[in-house]
Amino acid sequence: MTFRFVSRKVLGSLATLLFVVCFNFFLFRVVESDPVSALFRGRNISQQQRQQLQHDFGLDKSKPEQFVRYLNQTAHLNFGFSFETRQPVTSEISARIGRTITLVGISTLLSTTIGIWLGIIAAWRRNTPTDYVVTSTTMAFYAMPDFWLGLLLLAAFAESFRWFPTGGIVNVGSGATGLSHLVDEAKHLFLPGLTLTLAYLGEYTLIMRSSLLDTMGEDYLTLARAKGLRDATVRRRHAVPNALLPIVTLAAVNFGFVLSGAIAVESIYSWPGLGLATYNAIRAPDLPMLQGLFLLFSAAVIVANLAVDLLYAYLDPRVRTA
Amino acid sequence: MTLLEVEGLCVRFPTRRGLVRAVDGVDLTVEEGEVLALVGESGCGKTTLARTIVGLERAQEGTVRFEGKEVRGRGRARPMRDYRRRVQMVFQDPTGALNPRQTIYEAVAEGLRVHHMGQDEERRVADALSRSGLRPPERFFTRYPHEVSGGQRQRVVIAGAMVLEPRLLVADEPVSSLDASVRGEILGLMRNLVDTTGVAMLVVTHDLGLAWNIAERVAVMYLGRIVEVGRAEEVLQSPQHPYTQALLSVVPEAKHVEQQILQGETPDPAAIPPGCRFHPRCPLYQSGDAEELGIAQQCRTVDLGLAPIANDHVVACHARA
Repeated sequence: MTFRFVSRKVLGSLATLLFVVCFNFFLFRVVESDPVSALFRGRNISQQQRQQLQHDFGLDKSKPEQFVRYLNQTAHLNFGFSFETRQPVTSEISARIGRTITLVGISTLLSTTIGIWLGIIAAWRRNTPTDYVVTSTTMAFYAMPDFWLGLLLLAAFAESFRWFPTGGIVNVGSGATGLSHLVDEAKHLFLPGLTLTLAYLGEYTLIMRSSLLDTMGEDYLTLARAKGLRDATVRRRHAVPNALLPIVTLAAVNFGFVLSGAIAVESIYSWPGLGLATYNAIRAPDLPMLQGLFLLFSAAVIVANLAVDLLYAYLDPRVRTA
Repeated sequence: MTLLEVEGLCVRFPTRRGLVRAVDGVDLTVEEGEVLALVGESGCGKTTLARTIVGLERAQEGTVRFEGKEVRGRGRARPMRDYRRRVQMVFQDPTGALNPRQTIYEAVAEGLRVHHMGQDEERRVADALSRSGLRPPERFFTRYPHEVSGGQRQRVVIAGAMVLEPRLLVADEPVSSLDASVRGEILGLMRNLVDTTGVAMLVVTHDLGLAWNIAERVAVMYLGRIVEVGRAEEVLQSPQHPYTQALLSVVPEAKHVEQQILQGETPDPAAIPPGCRFHPRCPLYQSGDAEELGIAQQCRTVDLGLAPIANDHVVACHARA
């Protein structure tokens, strides 16, 4: 891997990020909105208070002025204050980011490993009942909208059977600490985690299956078998590593979406992470919050893509010299 | 001495159109240290036959004997494992036959590790590479397949086979995916390996010129069956089977014979004709000559095996019986 290759990729990523920073500002202002009246709906505020708030939010200035101010702030890593809570956007985000990483990170990890494993099984036993069951089940979950799947699971396991709590991160008012706190959190994590894992699973299974089937047609597998390698060894040493290449791309890009990927599911299960924060911020609209969140989400995807490019060059010798 | 003996071998595949009889009762021998060319049109079953001999397909009927001992059982059985080392294969397309993520060293060394021949691995790999014409071998160790030429790739595949010190090399169209300019070099290398190491070779090809250049003996295959076997110069200069004659008549170098263009496609191996399987396309039968000879009835109904007509020259044809 040459320095030139790496620096070209890094510069490309930075350029994309710069574009996102600018685009971010206008994205949420395309539709004219009035955050002040949206936030204080139903409450009596005087004209003076309203003007004060407009001033505090910086909404009394012209769009170009607001833009320059936004750029200046962003350059200093200052993302402003949330309209709704009046707290700095950075502290709002850092308070929630851990919960989202826990939920979506675990789900992505689980769906990646289980999906790859199922894909390998389906491909190795193609056109058998095992293959049909695996393929059609994961495909069905893949096709379901995640919010709908989430509602179904919620209705079944939280409402009817009452095995799991309906939402939140711990039981309200529970002062539990240590292990019992962890168990409580795990129970709350289970349903949203299951929803996301099932929703992502199909993608990995289907891509791993077809990728492995492609690879299995290759002569070098036949040659390896002709040399006396056992089938299981051929699969482990030749077929799976080569078939994993497309999965690397998919997994890395999906890990980029870990931060933003669960807006619907977090809302359904009231999981107080970044997804729920996004949902609430859109309703206001809480412009500084939205800008901060979207910048973070985009940056995560850009970084993940950069990681794929570099990782790919490491994994596939043919890319290095290309 | 006879190295490989194939008797009554049948390989069938169930398909939607019915049972495909890809190899349908093949008898064939390969002597030690000789090059036998297996020729025939595409779809005649020659590749399936080669793959079955190497142990990649399973035969439903018939036996394969190697050095006098019958080869059977799945990969884990000890005699099979030993057989897999002593019979190596070379594929048509060297690009597909090499794992793109393996270095050339790894590709050649893999077989050694499988067969626990890892002692002085590096020397063995270097030796195999340089004997396959990749010199100096150390320069190729850390390269990847995509970094060398097509001809060099085929040399790597050959080195990977020869490093196991096989007695028989089965090569399926070993040069047909290569540039014309390097074909000769690879054929020269193969001939040289036979002469220096005493390995025997079964070369599957549709190219009669190639068979002429490299082989001591030629076997002609038609629709799952061997129809003529003999010394290369005999089969290629005085072919006895009408099918062999037709194949040879369309070789550009063969100026002295009248061209016979066979009528019709190769028949379907899922529906092999009764009697002599070649009779629907046989010029002898179609022209009415068979009728004159009084064998037309046999051609239609009697499925016949190979019969000797001269020293080491066998043919399956009612007209020569």
